[in-house]
Amino acid sequence: MSMTDGPTALPGAGADQAAADRESKGTPPGSSAAAPRRGWFAGWSERWQAMPRQQQWALLLVVVVLAYLLPVIDPPLISTEPGNDFPLACQTMAIYALVAVGLNVVIGYAGLLDLGYIAFFAVGSYTAAMLTSPDSTFLKIPYLWTIPVAMAVTMFFGVMLGVPTLRLRGDYLAIVTLGFGEIVRILATIIPAMKGQVGFQNVGHPPGVQSNGVPVFANSNGVPWYWLTLTILIIVLLLAGNLERSRVGRSWIAIREDEDAAETMGVPTFKYKVWAFAIGASIGGLSGALYSGQVGFVNNQKFDVVTSILFVAAVVLGGAGNKVGAILGGAIVAYIPLRFTAIADYKYLIFGLTLCLIMIFRSHGLLAARQRLLAYGRHAYAAVRSSHDAKAKTALGGEAPS
Amino acid sequence: MIPTLLTLLPADDSSWITFDVPSLMQNFWSATFDGLTFGSIYALVALGYTLVYGVLNLINFAHSEVFIMGCYGVFFTLNFLGFGPSAPNLSLGSIIVNLLLALIVAMVASALTAFLLERLAYRPLRRRNAPRLVFLITAIGASFTIQYTIFLVRGPNPEAALTMFRPRPIFDVFGTIVDSQQLLIVIAAVIMMIFVDRFISTSRTGRGIRAVAQDPDTATLMGVNKERIIVTTFVIGGILAGAAALFYVMKIPSGVQYNGGFILGIKAFAAAVLGGIGNVRGALVGGLLLGLIGNYGQILLGNSQWTDVVAFVVLVLVLLLRPEGILGTSLGRSRA
Repeated sequence: MSMTDGPTALPGAGADQAAADRESKGTPPGSSAAAPRRGWFAGWSERWQAMPRQQQWALLLVVVVLAYLLPVIDPPLISTEPGNDFPLACQTMAIYALVAVGLNVVIGYAGLLDLGYIAFFAVGSYTAAMLTSPDSTFLKIPYLWTIPVAMAVTMFFGVMLGVPTLRLRGDYLAIVTLGFGEIVRILATIIPAMKGQVGFQNVGHPPGVQSNGVPVFANSNGVPWYWLTLTILIIVLLLAGNLERSRVGRSWIAIREDEDAAETMGVPTFKYKVWAFAIGASIGGLSGALYSGQVGFVNNQKFDVVTSILFVAAVVLGGAGNKVGAILGGAIVAYIPLRFTAIADYKYLIFGLTLCLIMIFRSHGLLAARQRLLAYGRHAYAAVRSSHDAKAKTALGGEAPS
Repeated sequence: MIPTLLTLLPADDSSWITFDVPSLMQNFWSATFDGLTFGSIYALVALGYTLVYGVLNLINFAHSEVFIMGCYGVFFTLNFLGFGPSAPNLSLGSIIVNLLLALIVAMVASALTAFLLERLAYRPLRRRNAPRLVFLITAIGASFTIQYTIFLVRGPNPEAALTMFRPRPIFDVFGTIVDSQQLLIVIAAVIMMIFVDRFISTSRTGRGIRAVAQDPDTATLMGVNKERIIVTTFVIGGILAGAAALFYVMKIPSGVQYNGGFILGIKAFAAAVLGGIGNVRGALVGGLLLGLIGNYGQILLGNSQWTDVVAFVVLVLVLLLRPEGILGTSLGRSRA
């Protein structure tokens, strides 16, 4: 924060104050700072808040059912162009959405820029592949068991990478993760056990065989994979929502808004940053494991660092800090090149430009982050205040408040 | 599972990682000279990161694209001058003229890119006091945009390799020949960096840069034109990146590619952190050291791809053990 200190763990306070003041005036992506911030769908969000609980649940149920039915209905206008199988496109969208939800924990909640998220995705993919593919000489376990193993392994990598870098200011994390994204690919090339470009064929899949002898979870059979991914996505979403509302989530948002202030207020910022990073990493690993299972083949060519910038674009496009936005962003980033194959070659340019333009002109993306946490704080304060006033009034006037 | 893992990795193919000390001993001096040559290039690029970081506290991710635009500047100049894959027989005078021409074009291309970047991407953000994360995301977005614009125009393959001159042996040290190319690169880079160091510590603009690095608000109150200083910093970084681009194309003629700046950018940043980010002399020290470490590591570990891994490990270790870098002091505090 200080303009002069460089990478000190605890920058000097003097020059900091000015910088802190300056920063606090600006509003981070997905921030809930003083100025009202609205996504393009702000009206919807208000209408949603105003609805009774039952109505919300009913509407949510409809949305979920529609989401499950999406590849089966295959709506004509939305459907991808011939050559891109629509159920598989749905699966890709679901994977991207899952990745975006995971990355949103890191970027959106804790405000840490992870530019090498593909590395965690790759670690998850390789873990699943090496534990199930006949090409690897490791111990073999059933595919579904690789999912928790992949999450644990990537979480370990996340902690390993996070501990040295998260003590410093956030921008070091950005470049270290960017480097890590490339290093994983290089290591996959160099280390023979990871089989470089040859890769691992026949990565495992969940059990189940159709009547004609073809496995339910065949590589080309998008629908069951999509349903599996969607189910996991919903579970992750519920867990992430709970985290967001918990003490951990509040700490993340405090760190995102102003790290020094959070530290001063007694939030163990380093611990919660590592948590955010590790949880984000494990969701990346989870999506990687799902991806490698569906594709059935993993090699070092699949995990380009540029793809991690697409992931960041997904989160930013959707609105950092908003999990529904992240899903939307992830789905859009995956969907556009598949739907409009004519512009598929331009996707990196398009999303790179989108990233810049959104940041310059509209830093909160499609759906702005929720303001409820701060709003909740204000309500609580107002409630305490009014009851206090009421008590004072009773004490003074001796009249019972109505 | 762990024992399986341990027994499996080396047994598969024992040559993927080696600790080839004899080979390092044998090639020590050639690795040193080559490392210093690459180190000078890293140092020039690292200076761009360091200056911008010192003044704005921003990792300019798009600096690698500023560099690669310079490489394209060199490539097009040489192409225009009719150079081919093999070095023509030219007199010393015409070699120097050609080099200077390529250098000027590269510097202009890089400086222009840096200038536009500052104007179009970062200035609007500064206007509205955007927070750090927004700057970083914009920087990476800008880097991506430039990279894939080049990709669309020039395609995915590296440009044809053009050689300017055949390196001539100048003298030998312990039986290892130092050629004219290595000597030229190292000496030119060191002279440029000394010049920049002097410029920053003695000139009026340099004082402005240091003032803004130390405290932008106070500097503005004292009559420093902050915006102009920031643009100047970006342009200086661009000019140095242009010089680095010329040396890089000299050293690796086939390295001109749309994403060619990416790894070099990360290494240069690692060099800047190693020397102490925000510190001009630190960039030189860090660059040279990283060049040496990378080259030694590559010979020791037995695969050229290890240089990138070694640079990355150095970055993480520096952040872990001595985050302020070797020289540590920052741009704002450097003595006049």
